[in-house]
Amino acid sequence: MAKLTVNGKEVEVPAGTNLIEAARAAGVEVPHYCYHPGLSIAGQCRLCMVDIEKTPRPTIACNTVAADGMVVNTETDRVRETRKSIMEFHLINHPLDCPVCDQAGECWLQIYYMKHGLYDPRMKDEKVHKPKAVPLGPHVILDAERCILCSRCVRFCDEITATGELGIFERGDHSEIGLFPGRELDNKYSANVVDICPVGALTDRDFRFQVRVWYLDTAKSICPGCARGCNIEVHVNRRRPHHAEGRRVARLKPRFNAEVNKWWICDAGRYGFGFVDAPDRLLTPAQREGGSSTDVTWELGIAAVAGALRRLPPEQLGVIASPKMANEDLFALRRLLDLHGISQAAGRVPTRVPGDEDDFLIRADKNPNSLGAELMGFGGDARTVLEAARARRLKFLWVFGHDLLASALSERDVLEAFRAVETVVFTGSNANWTSAHAHWVLPAAAWAEREGTYTNFEGRVQRFRTAIEPLGQALAEWEIVGRVMASLGQTLSATRAEHLFRQLVEAVPAFAGLSYPLLGDTGSPLAAAGAAGRPGAGAPPSEATSSSC
Amino acid sequence: MAEIVLMRNFSNPESHTLDAYRASGGYAAWDRARAIEPAAITEEVKKANLRGLGGAGFPTGTKWSFIPKTHTGPVYLVVNADEGEPGTFKDRYLLERDPHALIEGMLIAARAIRCTKGFVYIRGEYVEPWRRFSAAVKEAYDAGLLGQGFDVVVHRGAGAYICGEETGLLSSLEGKKGWPKIKPPFPAIKGAFGQPTIVNNVETLCCVPPIVTRGAEWFAGLGTKTQGGTRMYSVSGRVKKPAVYEAPVSITLRRLIETAGGVSGTGRLKAVVPGGGSAAILSADEIDVTMDVDGLKAAGSMIGSAGVVVMDESVSIPEALMVLARFYAHESCGQCTPCRESTGWIYKMVHRIVDGRGHKEDLDTILDVAKRGAGTTICAFYDGAVGPYISYIEKFRSEFEALIPHG
Repeated sequence: MAKLTVNGKEVEVPAGTNLIEAARAAGVEVPHYCYHPGLSIAGQCRLCMVDIEKTPRPTIACNTVAADGMVVNTETDRVRETRKSIMEFHLINHPLDCPVCDQAGECWLQIYYMKHGLYDPRMKDEKVHKPKAVPLGPHVILDAERCILCSRCVRFCDEITATGELGIFERGDHSEIGLFPGRELDNKYSANVVDICPVGALTDRDFRFQVRVWYLDTAKSICPGCARGCNIEVHVNRRRPHHAEGRRVARLKPRFNAEVNKWWICDAGRYGFGFVDAPDRLLTPAQREGGSSTDVTWELGIAAVAGALRRLPPEQLGVIASPKMANEDLFALRRLLDLHGISQAAGRVPTRVPGDEDDFLIRADKNPNSLGAELMGFGGDARTVLEAARARRLKFLWVFGHDLLASALSERDVLEAFRAVETVVFTGSNANWTSAHAHWVLPAAAWAEREGTYTNFEGRVQRFRTAIEPLGQALAEWEIVGRVMASLGQTLSATRAEHLFRQLVEAVPAFAGLSYPLLGDTGSPLAAAGAAGRPGAGAPPSEATSSSC
Repeated sequence: MAEIVLMRNFSNPESHTLDAYRASGGYAAWDRARAIEPAAITEEVKKANLRGLGGAGFPTGTKWSFIPKTHTGPVYLVVNADEGEPGTFKDRYLLERDPHALIEGMLIAARAIRCTKGFVYIRGEYVEPWRRFSAAVKEAYDAGLLGQGFDVVVHRGAGAYICGEETGLLSSLEGKKGWPKIKPPFPAIKGAFGQPTIVNNVETLCCVPPIVTRGAEWFAGLGTKTQGGTRMYSVSGRVKKPAVYEAPVSITLRRLIETAGGVSGTGRLKAVVPGGGSAAILSADEIDVTMDVDGLKAAGSMIGSAGVVVMDESVSIPEALMVLARFYAHESCGQCTPCRESTGWIYKMVHRIVDGRGHKEDLDTILDVAKRGAGTTICAFYDGAVGPYISYIEKFRSEFEALIPHG
């Protein structure tokens, strides 16, 4: 540990901490561009100058390690003057095209000019011109004139993805970021360079020109794209619906979580939100008869499920839940199944090809809650349930989310199973083969339209929050289950996902001790899984749910 | 006349060969050094008051002593032969005419720092020096001088001035863009390929064999109290006999100009750049300064690489600054913002003034920009540019003002 003083405030930081982080610990922000806690020290923007007692001139904070007894001042006159000068240098060749720049509103040139610049511009000469609107890869576009050459993007590709697509070419004020010959910025994490670009040099090809960032609202969320559960922010446009052609989810951004994804997310996850506003969203409950589909009321849809549950013996009822459902949904469904003694339940549908995986963030399992589903008793293979259907042992089948044909299951088997069942109900957010072949469709809210928790592959339980209202009449799965129970005279005792989580914590030992406040923004490991240090170490599913019924 | 040490072999047309070098007593110092403890060699160099002759003037023995004693991995010796300072052309003569002196200096230095591998980074444009030096290296290998515990790799640069900055050179040597490295760590702790490294200039290392042969006291006695030896002054510009002159570091600039035949052109001196392009300019009445590290420091300039550029009264100082400003704008590596942005900006302003399109506030803007950027960068490149920016304008302001319409 090192004990030092920053702007008169004493602070103790771990050995090796640099002065930017030490100042942060003391509640002092040292402005900087090139420094990024996830990357090596470059020391080239020269903005993070601070005064250290007994040193002849201001020193860069990023490359100075905090030492015992150090007296640091970030607000001396000469530091302020130096910062102002550095801001002027950063801006003399900048095109100042904020009105047409996507970064405007979240640009660190704007922010720091207002905080630390505010000089009268003296540059009268022609600025240096560089390439503009250069696509670097599928997701990222470069405006070299806006670039301040902080090299964060270069270091990201060198140090994080180790793909090395980018370099700084030319010299002096003609220096520019660019691709090495024959390369494309197409690694699986490429768009992170947009997040770490402090200015408008690298922008997101998907997001740019869709909506000005100051119209965006944000919600803390979890990426539903794989079992990693990267922490993200969902940025939504509710204020300017005429922008972005009605697309409400504008973009996803990584949210720091030291235990899960640090500062990063993969491109697949980042751009995986399209389904939320896609034209194939299921908006109203519907009934299909003889090839044609009719919108119906929720009452009718719920009655179809409740009627089957009331009428049929439990061995004729089957459920295929989904590891994309939240813990709360799965818990509600588990209660319903246990109340009715339904044992034909599964959650896992084999994929046609194994998902891609790497040794960084991307997991082969493309479901955000496989472990949660397992702990709630939905770890079984859907083939068992479909087998029972094909053997004409089932009269009712409720499928959640899955497109059963976009899987390793054979079309013949699935069709045969569906034909053998009297009532097939589908609950999901988007249309697919299953919804097209179900007798009843009960529309579910997308993950961004409701709240809940996922349990990632390491047994970390993390909350995701509501970013937007559900489209049409869609409801969260737990609400649909709740309505079914209500119509059967049973009660779920929950008006919010959190109520269900409390019950879940009581009922499922693996979740013992957890609560929404405890999960906070970055989640918490399952007690048992955390202790055992491996996924799936929670209590076996049958025991896990026994106490709830 | 003072003693000639570095250029002692230059008059022999065969001086670059091993035979000629041996005939004039070459490699005797190495034979002697082999019997001396490494630490004692460093001590001798310290006592000789040898200071780096590449530009910074850092005490050589002290630099050598920075290699961590506890380090168990490789230690590298890197020779900076990327001579690129405007007005400097001494190292090329050493490489061409006395390459074995450098090899011998390297052998002794390598023993002092317990190094088994040396790199010689030669400026890309120096084709003949590279040929001569490479041939000498081959001779030294064939003669068993090299390859017996010390190897030499000759590496050619590609023409960037910044690769003469010691850490820019190391980046380039490592195969990277020649960007100076952020310090700390300093090269002696973590240099080439992450290992402790000593970077010495060609001329500096050529001083080492005579120190070993003739002793530290003799070498120290050639110079001033704080800097021993002689050095090679590249004298060019408006002098009658532009050339490299070796002289004790205590020589005055006035005497040096006289040695070079005196001022040519109009015959009337206007100004002198005493230590390469990055040194602050001296006016005609400032030339009684001694040409050692501390003498020029006291005069507000620097000896740098001892490149002396003489300007007679017909030389336009604004044009001279424009040429230098273009050089700095062109050669700034672009890593640090203040240097990258302001070298280009200042060049545009100076160019505009010379072009007759200056504004009356331009001169103060240049001075302010230069002063604001000084001392804010990773390496000394920008501070080297600031020296001329400020001194040319402050000492010859009226010349600039005369070019500004309604100035």
